[in-house]
Amino acid sequence: MEMDELFQTFIMESRELLSAMEESLLALEAAPNDRESLNSLFRAVHTIKGSAGMLELDAIVIFCHNIETVLDRARDGLVTIDPDLMSLLLSCRDHIAMLVEQVAVDSTTPHKPDTLQSCGLLMDQLKVYQVGVPGAVEKELWHISLRFDSNVLNYGMDPLSYIRQLKNIGEIANLVTLPNALPEAQHMNPESCYLGFEFDFHGKNIDKARIEKVFEFVRNDCTLRIVPPHSHIEEYIELIQELPEDKLRLGELLVDCGSLTRNELNEALDMQRLCAELRPQDGEHPLVCQLGDILVEQLMIPSELVDAALVKQKKALDNKSLEKTLVRIQTAKLDRLINLVGEMVIAGATTNLLALRSKDTALLESTFVLSKLVEEIRDSALQLRMVEIGETFNRFNRVVRDLSHELGKNIILSIHGSDIELDKSVVEKIFEPLMHLVRNSIDHGIESASVRQKRGKPAQGKLQLSAYHESGSIVIEVSDDGGGLNTEKIHAKALEKGLITATQTLSEPEIHELVFAPGFSTAKDVSNISGRGVGMDVVRRDIEALRGTVKIDSREGLGSTIEIRLPLTLAIIDGFMVKVGNTAYVLPLELVMECLELSEAQRLEIRDINYFEVHGTLLPFIRLRQHFRDKSRPSLREYLVVVQYAGQRAGLIVDELLGELQTVIKPLGKLFANLKEISGSTLLGNGEVALILDVAVLIQHTT
Amino acid sequence: MTIHVESRNGVCRALVTVEMTIYYAAQLKEDLLPCLELATTLELDLSQVRDMDTAGFQLLLLAKREAERAEKKLHLVAHSPATQEVLNLYNMAAYFDDPPRTPGLTD
Repeated sequence: MEMDELFQTFIMESRELLSAMEESLLALEAAPNDRESLNSLFRAVHTIKGSAGMLELDAIVIFCHNIETVLDRARDGLVTIDPDLMSLLLSCRDHIAMLVEQVAVDSTTPHKPDTLQSCGLLMDQLKVYQVGVPGAVEKELWHISLRFDSNVLNYGMDPLSYIRQLKNIGEIANLVTLPNALPEAQHMNPESCYLGFEFDFHGKNIDKARIEKVFEFVRNDCTLRIVPPHSHIEEYIELIQELPEDKLRLGELLVDCGSLTRNELNEALDMQRLCAELRPQDGEHPLVCQLGDILVEQLMIPSELVDAALVKQKKALDNKSLEKTLVRIQTAKLDRLINLVGEMVIAGATTNLLALRSKDTALLESTFVLSKLVEEIRDSALQLRMVEIGETFNRFNRVVRDLSHELGKNIILSIHGSDIELDKSVVEKIFEPLMHLVRNSIDHGIESASVRQKRGKPAQGKLQLSAYHESGSIVIEVSDDGGGLNTEKIHAKALEKGLITATQTLSEPEIHELVFAPGFSTAKDVSNISGRGVGMDVVRRDIEALRGTVKIDSREGLGSTIEIRLPLTLAIIDGFMVKVGNTAYVLPLELVMECLELSEAQRLEIRDINYFEVHGTLLPFIRLRQHFRDKSRPSLREYLVVVQYAGQRAGLIVDELLGELQTVIKPLGKLFANLKEISGSTLLGNGEVALILDVAVLIQHTT
Repeated sequence: MTIHVESRNGVCRALVTVEMTIYYAAQLKEDLLPCLELATTLELDLSQVRDMDTAGFQLLLLAKREAERAEKKLHLVAHSPATQEVLNLYNMAAYFDDPPRTPGLTD
């Protein structure tokens, strides 16, 4: 691998680990005694340190090492994770992120002096938690459980000699001789051995294999179980989890981490085989002999170790299958594929058209199958770009935590619909607007605890991020249970800014809409968090750039919900084509509710009005011919297409209905940027261009 | 005989005259257990035991258990260095209710 690639991988990995780290930290803050969070935190730091070491990024290595030391002490219970340490660890995480990002920008020049300085400051703070690190290693007591077979003495092997040998390599403590197996006097064979021993053992550089070596020659004539130093069982669990994933077999794992030696593994494997052979006869007990069970039963290893190994084994399997299904692809390649699929959709439409003209049944049939397949390919190609929104949502955990601390508010964030998928480019672009909305909610929306209590609300404020599907779009909501918008204040401010005139009568929602107007901000005191001049108008602009809409629903005193509505995909849609004059227009199919042919009488009836009665309700409509000032000859027939967007319905009057088609959206050039009603264009099978209508904008025109 | 027995004031003192190893174990077992019949308190003199292995040690265990069952007393006395070492290695000196004695200070 090229050095560059190594750096790329390191940066990508570190980013993932850093977000894992943040997650663990926040989990740890919620539950300070959660061992698993602490462990995964430790692992994340440890892995970053390791990879940084490989790339000789010393600043990161040293920094991570300092954090690791503190975390290690926390794991040993020598340091408790209090709010101070939590904040420090979070800052440390951010600092690693900064170091990593600096490497991302330029891996050759060392870090900036001020970065290194803050590095030093943080490390000084960490020192407080590192006191007493050197020499604090406690005695590692191995527990050895030994039972001799009765014939050892006859073979000239004396248990005493093994104990003596052990004493040569270490120290024996707490030895208990078990005389229980000694039979009745008359049955006691003085040349048989009946003894068992339980004892602890410790010494320098002792590992399992070394202990076993002592018993090498008596291996088959005794039952030897060596339990690793108890205080370090966690260590082993950890180790198992840290082992490379591809070592799938449990036994191998345990051998590798030193708590099981090859001999034990073989013994256990033999027993497993034996069990398997015995099972068919043992019909009443359909026991499945698992290696792990056998090992535990044999007291070879503590059951925690086996559990951890099994979890690891399963995880390795999961990861393996995940690995098999996951491929990292450059977005450029993906985009090229999607472009090609787009071209294929258009070419397919041409073929369909030609086949229709030829009236060749066989050809028609085959093109029918082909277009079915093209449709599927289109869907799966688009699916490739879809990512879950959960990851974006999760980033707000930290945001909410930090901001609420900063403002001294108590706010809990709940997240719903993490599994909703969005186009990758949309997900990337939605973060900033969401950030703005979340900041707004925390800063202006949710009141301080004392105010909340006065208003009879729970002291803890609630902020909710949710995503769900709704008829062809994806809805993302940011809602809070705060004070809501102050209608009067907004009205006054809008007047002051000249956005409205005093004579205008506006409904409450209309006034709320004003916050999206450019340059509008009601925050009396410009705070650090929001109100930095970038207002809700930017949010709206960002979201509209994604062909989405944003709406606000606020109840004074109860809170507000901001609803962002985004199209499912950006590139290809199922369209419904209509014609006005000589121009073809495409509507997103999922927005089309129904189509009606207008009779002569009906056309007369609505000649001078712009609403129509459908199923007993009044429906506003737009005559596209007038709207687009089409000067061609009026058609003899007219149709009404009922469209619905965000709960609002409207009618569009067109000349002709041409039916469904798959449409590849081609953005219009900058020249047409002012054409609000047109969201794009598409090439038809016959090479003509059709304009894609922006239904959301059109509906607004009717109201 | 592997054991030389002297009886005095209801105390029976049995001197083990051979090494307490597997080679003498069978004989020792045969000789040792009847000694328990002789008195309520048996002192087992280990001063002559130049060597002891696990087989010999097991006999001590057996004798002690049998004595307890018969509600008699068995004391190990005058441990030789070899016996002392085994008792220490097996951490069984306390079991025999005899504080470990430094070799050479035996009576």
